[in-house]
Amino acid sequence: MMKIAKYVVWNILRSKIILAYTLFLFAVAFGTFSFESDVSKSIASLMSIVLIIIPLVSIIFTTIYFYNSSEFIELLMAQPISRKKIFFGEYLGVGTSMLCAYLIGIALPVIIYSADAVGFTLIASGACLTLVFVSLAFFASVLTRDKAKGIGISLMIWFYFSIIYDAIVLGVMFAFSDYPLERVMVLLSSFNPIDLSRILILLKLDISALMGFTGAVYKDFFGNSNGIIFSIAMQMIWIVLPLFSAFRIFRRKNW
Amino acid sequence: MTRPLLIFLICLSFFQAKAKVVFVGNRFPQKTIQAALNIVKPYDSIILKAGTYNCICAIVKIPLTIIGEANAILDGHSKDEVLLILSNDVKLENLTVINSNMGSMKDYAGIRVFKARNVSINNCKLINTFFGIYLSDSKHCSVTNCQSKGLNYGKSFTGNGIHLWKCDSITITNNHLEGHRDGIYFEFAKHCFITKNLCEKNYRYGLHFMFSNDDTYLNNDFRNNGTGVAVMYSHGLKMYDNRFENNWGDASYGLLLKDISNSDIRNNHIINNTIGITMEGSSNIHFEHNEFADNGYALRVWANCTNDTFLHNTFRNNTFDAATNGELQQDLFDFNYWDKYDGYDLNKDKIGDVPYHPVSMYSMLIQQMPHAVMLMHSFIVNLLDKAEKSIPSMTPNAFVDNHPLMKKYD
Amino acid sequence: MIKFENLAISFGKLNVLKGINASFDAGKIICIIGPNGSGKTTMIKCLLGMTIPNSGRILFDGKPIVGEELYRKEIGYMPQIGRYPDNMTIGQIIAMMKDLRNEVTQLDETIFEQFQIQAMLQKKMRTLSGGTTQKVSAGLAFLFNPKVLVLDEPTAGLDPSAAEILKQKILKAKQDGKLVLITSHIMSEIDEMADEILYMQEGNVLFHKNIEQLKAETGQTKLGRAILKTINPVVA
Repeated sequence: MMKIAKYVVWNILRSKIILAYTLFLFAVAFGTFSFESDVSKSIASLMSIVLIIIPLVSIIFTTIYFYNSSEFIELLMAQPISRKKIFFGEYLGVGTSMLCAYLIGIALPVIIYSADAVGFTLIASGACLTLVFVSLAFFASVLTRDKAKGIGISLMIWFYFSIIYDAIVLGVMFAFSDYPLERVMVLLSSFNPIDLSRILILLKLDISALMGFTGAVYKDFFGNSNGIIFSIAMQMIWIVLPLFSAFRIFRRKNW
Repeated sequence: MTRPLLIFLICLSFFQAKAKVVFVGNRFPQKTIQAALNIVKPYDSIILKAGTYNCICAIVKIPLTIIGEANAILDGHSKDEVLLILSNDVKLENLTVINSNMGSMKDYAGIRVFKARNVSINNCKLINTFFGIYLSDSKHCSVTNCQSKGLNYGKSFTGNGIHLWKCDSITITNNHLEGHRDGIYFEFAKHCFITKNLCEKNYRYGLHFMFSNDDTYLNNDFRNNGTGVAVMYSHGLKMYDNRFENNWGDASYGLLLKDISNSDIRNNHIINNTIGITMEGSSNIHFEHNEFADNGYALRVWANCTNDTFLHNTFRNNTFDAATNGELQQDLFDFNYWDKYDGYDLNKDKIGDVPYHPVSMYSMLIQQMPHAVMLMHSFIVNLLDKAEKSIPSMTPNAFVDNHPLMKKYD
Repeated sequence: MIKFENLAISFGKLNVLKGINASFDAGKIICIIGPNGSGKTTMIKCLLGMTIPNSGRILFDGKPIVGEELYRKEIGYMPQIGRYPDNMTIGQIIAMMKDLRNEVTQLDETIFEQFQIQAMLQKKMRTLSGGTTQKVSAGLAFLFNPKVLVLDEPTAGLDPSAAEILKQKILKAKQDGKLVLITSHIMSEIDEMADEILYMQEGNVLFHKNIEQLKAETGQTKLGRAILKTINPVVA
């Protein structure tokens, strides 16, 4: 598995797209920090970027990579290597590469400029999101043989978590605005890894003062150790669930 | 040899009979402040030597000057008030007043001035007193260069730093008030000058006043207070060059204006507050050259405000520039600088060619559906705001700056 | 050595294999022939575990292969169209395969030598012609000295001399006691090498016979005619 991951990483590094991605993130992060004197403001703007770009690039890049590595997978299939090793080796390789790009591009500047609770929440959330969307990409990729279709599915998944889900939440709020929805909202936000990350960072940013009663409920829920364990568990589920669903399909897939 | 001594003693006794200065100290006949107060005549002076003196509700009934030397301390032993001034023309200088009583029924003060004129309190320090300096029914008094730190019992057991009740023409300058309920509290205080004071870390308001008209606030600093500065039911105020900073918390704001009218607010810096200024039922207030920066909301203007004008103010780096709770808007915004403005200036007159709407769609949404805060900084909210900017439908049309400046006003 | 039992597979509504039974023994060259789309490649891919059958099973040395991978150590596979990561060079591919297998067995690099692959190690896979790619595939199939060779149309696209080299190599493998499974359409080639013929048609095994027996039964000396006579006696 490690050997396969090694070849995946090596192969991804050779494509240089990942380097461009790293540089891009790095430039964005440094730019945000140097344009803005107030660190918490720059974390807020960086967060907006991270929550859009990281999932998008992670899922699209991974999907394209997965389709492009079908030859590689086919080559390995005929060897005495189990599908499990091939699959998780691929995941390990792609996940590591994306994570490294993210850590160098975003985490490094964040540590330099803002090595505090907010900064680390941002780093951890972004890292989780990277892995979540790599997982989702694997899931999208094993659903269909057609590369274009696979990329389409990936885009839809990203679109769903970035916009459609929130639109539905907004709709729910409109429809049930007369009811006490705080608990429901906490629950709803845990079902979307992007929302979950965003809220965790916001709470750390102390913007929660702006968020009034709902914010207080969130802070109450996510502020204590149970809430933190819950949110970490949720993010883990978001990584593991799509990945294992993808593996179930991959294990039975014909090449 | 004995004659000069005799003459000196006679002179001394003669001088003592006519004495204008009474020393209080260990090595002097008057060992307590009460003893000194018992023998002084009007317009005498008392000088306190270094040392700690018991002073449980010492009452000054005649015009008097009381001066403390360094380390002269009046200790109330948490029994009652410390000093009570009931006379005109009293001067207090360099006194350190500690340990007043505290209670929920009576407002025990370190120094209380009651029905007096021309009282001046200078360079005094109040430590661990329930209320610091309490003036009631007084006129033409001044409090200068004083410091007061609240009781150490926490929020529910602390009074106000400087408390004015039914006063007129009081000058409050250069004081430092910390850890009280309200730093400076005014009720029915008119024609007062409040300048260069620093009110910080007070549990409730840095400055709190009600029914106090025609007062002037200059160059004060209100920061890190529990809820900021609250100004209510007053008119004719002038607030110039003050700083309202770092009042950050669930219900904090820099400045709360409730039922204020005909006032002038200029050159203030409102920085890093949850809500910069929140206005309810206020009218005819003129805001000019104020700076709103790094606030959660720069302005929250309820729809019942009328005829207020905002001119040449600078808004930058606020999460929301403005919020309101209704369609109706009767305030005027003009020639302000908004850093969120993304219009253009074709004729290069430094004034944007398209109007700016400071109330974003999302800030309206939050007012109606507080749950929507969950979506703060999310992609969809950014999209909605952009969409609303190009085709306004929800945000109040009248809430508009028709001449937004392209550059910060200097 | 290899046994197919009732192997059936369908892609959607299309039944590609309809219950295949066959067994193959070591030391033989078996040729799988049949019209295009008759299921030859699918059968091979099933053997390699790349395609998963709906029903039936495959035994390798008496053990079912389902969920297993180690049996593939003993199989050298040459695909019909070799697909390789196209930004890797030949050298990198070979090195990677050696690294991934990490086996102590004696490597057999004679094919690479005979095809003079050594001179092209720096070439990227994407720049290679179909024939060169086939040469690489052939080399990889023989590289780990497997007991079974599965060659899907091995000579297609190879130049005549390369095809000849490969044929010699296949015959040599047979002499070494290996089992060789070949799919091919070139009758002369099959005639030259094969011991047994397995004829597939529309997902079924039409017949599986020894080549001498087949010729004797039909009274034909040429394999092509013998086959034709078997499947359609009227035409012949």
